[in-house]
Amino acid sequence: MNKNLRTTNSNFIDQTSRISFKFDGKTLYGFKGDTLASALLANDIHLVGRSFKYHRPRGIMTCGSEEPNAIVQLGNDLSMTEPNTRATEIELYEGLEATSQNCWPSVNFDIGAINNFLSPFLPAAFYYKTFMWPASFWKKYEYFIRKSAGLGKSPTKPDKDIYDHRYLHCDVLIVGGGISGIIAAKIAAQNNLNTVLLDDKNNLGGTTIFQDNECFKINNSYSNEWLKKEIESLNSFKNLTIKKRTTLAAYHSYNYLLARENLTDHLSLDEKKNKIRQRLWKIRAKKVIIASGAMERPLIFNNNDRPGIILSTSIKKYIDYYGVKCGQKISLFTNNDTAYETAISLNKSGVSVNSVIDIRDKSNSAIVKEAEKLGIKIYWKHTVVNTSGYKRINSIELMKLSDDGTAVVENKTKEECDCLGISGGWTPRVHLFTQSGGKLKFIDKDNIFLPDKSVSEQISIGSCNGDFELDDVIKNSIKSIKNFLNINSSDYENLKINCSKETDKKNIWLLPSNKPLGKTKPFLDFQNDSTAKDVKLALREGFKSIEHVKRYTTTGMGTDQGKLSNMHALGIIAETAEVKMSELGTTTFRPPYTPLTFGAIVGRNVGEFFDITRRTPIHEWHVEQKAEFENVGQWKRAWYYPKSKETMYEAVQRESKAARDSAGILDASTLGKIDIQGSDASEFLNRVYTNAWSKLEIGKCRYGLMLNEDGMVYDDGVTTRLGENHYIMTTTTGGAANVLSKLEDYLQTEWPELDVYLTSVTDNYATVSICGPNSKKILSKVIPDLDLSDKEFPHMSFKNALINNIKCRVMRISFTGEHSYEINIQSNYGKSLWEKCIEAGNEFNITPYGTEAMHLLRAEKGFIIAGQDTDGTMTPVDLQMDWIISKKKYDFIGKRSLYRSDTIREDRKQLVGLLTDDPKEVLEEGAQIVAEAKKKPVEMLGHVTSSYFSPNLNKSIALAVVVNGKKLKGQKMFVPMENKTINVTITDTVFLDKENKRLNA
Amino acid sequence: MFLINCPYCGERDQSEFSAGGEAHIVRPKQPTELSDDQWAEFLFMRKNIKGIQLERWNHAHGCRKWFNMVRDTSNDKIHAVYKMGEKPPIK
Ligand SMILES: [Zn+2]
Repeated sequence: MNKNLRTTNSNFIDQTSRISFKFDGKTLYGFKGDTLASALLANDIHLVGRSFKYHRPRGIMTCGSEEPNAIVQLGNDLSMTEPNTRATEIELYEGLEATSQNCWPSVNFDIGAINNFLSPFLPAAFYYKTFMWPASFWKKYEYFIRKSAGLGKSPTKPDKDIYDHRYLHCDVLIVGGGISGIIAAKIAAQNNLNTVLLDDKNNLGGTTIFQDNECFKINNSYSNEWLKKEIESLNSFKNLTIKKRTTLAAYHSYNYLLARENLTDHLSLDEKKNKIRQRLWKIRAKKVIIASGAMERPLIFNNNDRPGIILSTSIKKYIDYYGVKCGQKISLFTNNDTAYETAISLNKSGVSVNSVIDIRDKSNSAIVKEAEKLGIKIYWKHTVVNTSGYKRINSIELMKLSDDGTAVVENKTKEECDCLGISGGWTPRVHLFTQSGGKLKFIDKDNIFLPDKSVSEQISIGSCNGDFELDDVIKNSIKSIKNFLNINSSDYENLKINCSKETDKKNIWLLPSNKPLGKTKPFLDFQNDSTAKDVKLALREGFKSIEHVKRYTTTGMGTDQGKLSNMHALGIIAETAEVKMSELGTTTFRPPYTPLTFGAIVGRNVGEFFDITRRTPIHEWHVEQKAEFENVGQWKRAWYYPKSKETMYEAVQRESKAARDSAGILDASTLGKIDIQGSDASEFLNRVYTNAWSKLEIGKCRYGLMLNEDGMVYDDGVTTRLGENHYIMTTTTGGAANVLSKLEDYLQTEWPELDVYLTSVTDNYATVSICGPNSKKILSKVIPDLDLSDKEFPHMSFKNALINNIKCRVMRISFTGEHSYEINIQSNYGKSLWEKCIEAGNEFNITPYGTEAMHLLRAEKGFIIAGQDTDGTMTPVDLQMDWIISKKKYDFIGKRSLYRSDTIREDRKQLVGLLTDDPKEVLEEGAQIVAEAKKKPVEMLGHVTSSYFSPNLNKSIALAVVVNGKKLKGQKMFVPMENKTINVTITDTVFLDKENKRLNA
Repeated sequence: MFLINCPYCGERDQSEFSAGGEAHIVRPKQPTELSDDQWAEFLFMRKNIKGIQLERWNHAHGCRKWFNMVRDTSNDKIHAVYKMGEKPPIK
């Protein structure tokens, strides 16, 4: 392999700085400025991967983001390796290691390639049709399919790289740094607009920057020379930001755009260290100019997928930009003028061009004449009908086209070659325009979709707007930019432009062959291996919508989203189904334009920054006591406090017993607290809770149940009247934010006449709850001045108090059924109050208990937890809490729904208690309840909502919702489990102290 | 991602707001006098228009105020925002 495939005439490659890299384990060399693809081609490596379904050898086909074949696994570090990267976009760096994907054991010998020989049996949707039946076999098939298919390998360890997010605001955002983008940037910047120019490459200039041809001149300079000077002139603008290596990933409504900037991907492994790898820019632009250019199309003919078949302009870029010859005997196949520019470039660099095969009858354009002048052979009105060469193309067969272009005639001609350049015309990159909500129109003349109606402040200019000739690109861009930015004149008023103009057009979506379609492989989607045959088969089988055909054949569903050949698929569908392209429409282009790394998406929001963590003021104490924590919404709550080798069960049993035997202490700071003030506060509470509030005395507390308008229980909690027009409401921990916004909603929109103000004070107070028969003695030590007699301070009342001169609120309320107090104190005193209570309670074995023991204790008393025993389908009647529904109140939220035909049904699921026949057997929460043990199928009557072993009752207890449960008290039921059936009896929901004696113990 | 002009704060990113469904559905003043069907109409029935729609929005991570919006759901164009209690600025 001593071929010299490098020329010396590239200005973009630094041939003095050699870079070593590895591909499939082999050490190779390239130069600074190379992409992995250009460096591989310079090493005469075309075969870089295998296709997805048939495992056919595939090579580099493009030079950009639309590459379908040359996708490689980058790196081999388990935390840094990246699958599905495009070799055409990876800038070469010292130490780069890449491997082929989708082949086993190696790219040169691939077992899966047997699929290629089986391909007559692998038509569209083969996997769906065959392996889906019988369904139970799928698991077996899947194992083998996954092993031989699949793209790259995901990293298995956490990503060590740093990613970043930033916001950017600008007057004008220009997407694409080709010739029209450069002109737009200069005009905008000259007019003092805050301008940002993005380009996904490391160099500006698009395809014009290597358009080194006599036929294309601006002001008497070669177009590339002129553009180079224009780019240099941009450096003088302070109000212009240029971001290279930055891909516009998504264009949302109201000119909100996401762009991913690659900061270190092109650096050597050493240089990358400790730097931000990628940054996601969140851009809000007043105006957007899309100058995203166009993609060259392939041609669809038999065996058009062999390594060495490359888009013609990519061959031109490899030779003119990277100084790399894609072959030494190159043939070109085209339906337009583009390939002639490539032919001339190759010829100038001393690469022998066999011929240009052109499906058109003729062309009189300047560029074609120039090629003819150089002696390049042209086959007019010919098509390629086949190619040969397994791992690299070695010859093509061509035939003459019939006059109508639907068949081939006369004899085959064989031509040997080591590379075939193909050009099927150009597809404007309208992806961003459609992402923003813009509608497309189809232009029959050019067979392209173009931007039509836009819904944002934006324009498309240049070839993404359908201008393909240099003079049209420049003149139309300038006109559009001036109009869009309200500018009267620019530097570019009197440019003298010379260019070759295309004189003849011809387009055939699926080129005819000398063989029947069934015997050919004209690939459409190179990555997913779907052919023109597959699309036609889908239509025969009755698929009509383009979206359905796409999914059935997987055309356009690879990592490249079928950028290259979507248009051909549409064209073939339209032809076969005999509908107009304009009627067929396109598939939806969804963001991101090219794949984004997860790292870029999450930015800094990883690990502890993934979500907000809320900790109570007493949190540190729990940590010191080695508590286990439970996540409740964003809160960390102490779950239980295991002593030495205690299990969770043992700890919870001990804590629950201690709370009833002597004293327990709970950090209740996470309960939602809403301060309610205003002259209509009582009326407001009347409307939001089911029970009556007007007569609640100052200094008294009341439990309230809040419903949704549909009558279902939403939240609950105790509210205390602090003053004539002042209440403090508590909500569940998880419901706090939602309750506040629901109440605000009613106040602002339904009852604006009410004089009420709501303030969230959840974080302002720490709440310490002491319960148990000794709670009174403990509190009297903590606040000696407070009269704790039942007469002075009865259950469900409140007192202001001072502890060490710090104001606090003490409520005598209970969620455990024990005599208990809740002390609310300014947050920053929370921990010292807690410690003071622990100290005072020491002699009574005061025991800190967590949320699990709290849940157990309340279940013994049959108290519900909104969200655990209710699920948005339970009314207060279903919960057997009829007592809390005021009969006198005219209205409250949800009242009318309590007597809808559905809610008054008697056979609704209702909350009941459950006792297991075997008192040691603890039910599983969520377990189903049935009336008959053996019947199959059996009707599910309900499920267990809460279940514990009660240490205070020394038996298993549970709460459940059961159809018609209220009437089934005493009834035997069954809880079928995987290996056994548990016998249960329906009971009352209150298991302990039905007379509430303990409250005043 | 909309840019929403809160009537109290000015233009802010959509991420600061939460949507609250169809606007101008007034909670009946005397629910107890309604039939099941009438109550169900208020409770469940919502339009889902392709085109101009009047919607409730809340500046949840801002001033917490509710307001109304005239939005074309077919292209997400926000034609107007107006305060609670005000009439929609279009017919
Ligand atoms: Zn606001």
